[in-house]
Amino acid sequence: MHGSRIPIWFFIGLLLVIYGIMILGAGLSEWSSGMYPPGVELNSLHAPVWWGGLLLALGLFYVVKFRPGRASK
Amino acid sequence: MLALLSAHIAAGLLGSLPAALAFAAEPLAHLRTLDVAVIVIYFAMVIWIGFYLKGMSNTSEEFFMAGREMTAWIAGLSFVSANLGSLELMGWAGSAYQYGILATHWYWIGAIPAMLFLGLMMMPFYYVSKTHSVPGYLNLRYGEHARIVAALAFAIEMILMSGVNMFAMAVVMKVVLGWDLNFSIVVSSVAVALYVGLGGLRSAIFNEVLQFVLIWGGALLVPILGLVQSGGWTGLKTKILANLGSDSYFHLWRDTGHFSANPMGVHWTGIVFGLGFVISFGYWTTDFLVVQRVLAAHNLRAARMAPIIASFFKMAVPFIVILPGLLGLVLLQNPDGSRRQLVGEDVVAACSSSSSGSLADSAACSAAMSKSALPADYQQKMLAGNIDLHSYNQALPLMMVRYLGPGLLGLGITALIAGFMSGMAGNVSAFSTVWTYDIYKPLIKKHGSDSHYVLVGRLSILIGVGVSIGAAYLVMHAHGIMDYVQALFSIFVAPLLGVILFGMFWKRATGLAGFLGLLLGIVFSATLFMWVKLNPAALATVALSPDAKPMAENVFRALWAFLFTSIIVIAVSSFTRPRPVAELDGLVYGATQLPTEEMVPFYEREWFWATAVVVIFAALNIMFW
Repeated sequence: MHGSRIPIWFFIGLLLVIYGIMILGAGLSEWSSGMYPPGVELNSLHAPVWWGGLLLALGLFYVVKFRPGRASK
Repeated sequence: MLALLSAHIAAGLLGSLPAALAFAAEPLAHLRTLDVAVIVIYFAMVIWIGFYLKGMSNTSEEFFMAGREMTAWIAGLSFVSANLGSLELMGWAGSAYQYGILATHWYWIGAIPAMLFLGLMMMPFYYVSKTHSVPGYLNLRYGEHARIVAALAFAIEMILMSGVNMFAMAVVMKVVLGWDLNFSIVVSSVAVALYVGLGGLRSAIFNEVLQFVLIWGGALLVPILGLVQSGGWTGLKTKILANLGSDSYFHLWRDTGHFSANPMGVHWTGIVFGLGFVISFGYWTTDFLVVQRVLAAHNLRAARMAPIIASFFKMAVPFIVILPGLLGLVLLQNPDGSRRQLVGEDVVAACSSSSSGSLADSAACSAAMSKSALPADYQQKMLAGNIDLHSYNQALPLMMVRYLGPGLLGLGITALIAGFMSGMAGNVSAFSTVWTYDIYKPLIKKHGSDSHYVLVGRLSILIGVGVSIGAAYLVMHAHGIMDYVQALFSIFVAPLLGVILFGMFWKRATGLAGFLGLLLGIVFSATLFMWVKLNPAALATVALSPDAKPMAENVFRALWAFLFTSIIVIAVSSFTRPRPVAELDGLVYGATQLPTEEMVPFYEREWFWATAVVVIFAALNIMFW
């Protein structure tokens, strides 16, 4: 986008990185301790781990690709 | 598409107030520290974006039109996000639980053809005329009177709708999380006022794109895990057939040959002509809330591509809205392992507990449950206090609570909050533009400086949010008003569509015809609404069948109002003198020389992608026939 130094995609990437780290961390902590939240189904699939990992990977992609100062096409 | 959300769904959400306010009401979910952190970080991010963009919103073109610098992707995602409110997510998930896949019509035929028509046929005139708003286009085409009628109607509708939505969202937060109503209203409205007031339309658009990503990130996991647990789509169909004994839940068109053949009580003619044409085209092509996003595109090709890009995402939304509702039919369980059956808000309200935790009125509760056709043993369990009652509209939050643990639940709740805030930001940014350009400038101060109008725009956002808060509290204390506010959109949309379509595609349409068509069309539509309101039996006349249900009323009322407006425009135009064709350049099809666009490969052209959308749209309708 013209006229702005930081593209919106960078903000999105940053937020996804933060959320990815938080959710992945919580998922890994649950997995390693075996202490799963009561009442939540399908704990054996470890959704926070792969969903958090996915958010983190997507966020990192956007943060790097749209980092401030990088020439945009 | 909250405005398209039929009144009864929003009414249902608001109808949960008595249950929500019951002293013993237990929230559906309990947030942990991690969840709260996710929500707080979201608020910090949107306000940071507002402060960051403040320096780029100094001129009126920057503040109201985002500098007309948006790419097709950003304008397209913002276009679809401004419409993806949290009440819509919850309301249509509840409708899917109630009516099955029929609810998908509001996403497919109720959106896709209109979005393509906007991109391919209408954007050239909106964009080339360089109007700032839809009422602004009416001014260029028909003159000042039509603009003022449209601007006043739109401004009032936007601000009242914003208040109703704000209150409904606070009720949702009360039911789901146990949050105080005042807390939800104040925090969300202050955040929206801050980031839109600081950064203008650019900030609203940036945040809408962010919110769009969050809505998918927070809600997508629910249908994925639900499908895993139910054995995929085939397993889901098998379970619904076994539990409910009907395959109507999986058919979009097959059972719409008669009003009584489907649970929604609609007929295919109403779906195609009322929803698919009048309501859908009225909303997606003339409602300034969404059109404003596309007007901010950086060139004509981007403006035409934006709705087409948006239509791909719109077609995918049922995956995170309709599917969770269907999955809820077979997966939601009571603590004793039996299948949980959701009910209408009226039943939940009748059976809400008193402050001592016991049923306030067990006779009223029994009567309400019997009316809702709940099985006798289920009613007994409920009366014995073994199970809780939840409404259709709680299908999505219940599914979230079922699958989302700490962190993920915070993300899911953030998705709901983000959906609400994007809708409200859309309302206030559109209100600010219409107020400043179409009411303040022509009627109050014609020759102000550019910085003066930016200041008026910023102040109108603050005032708009303030009035919305007032409307929210008004609805809180006088529920009856809500029905009328909800009806504003459906009363206004069909006449507006009529005059804009004739204005854009018929050179002969005159200024007086546009003004009278709009004004009398609104009066006609409001009269139909009041007729059914005062005499419910009139619904059978308006919707052409004694079997018609309230859902059919909006659809048929819109159809008649559109036809009435069309007759007025044609009749008055026949007796009045049209403007010379030379004056219609940039405004009317056949009188406009469109700017030549640079040659691009076929895969970058709007017609190529529109064809792809049509093919997918047709395939989906055939697959789920």
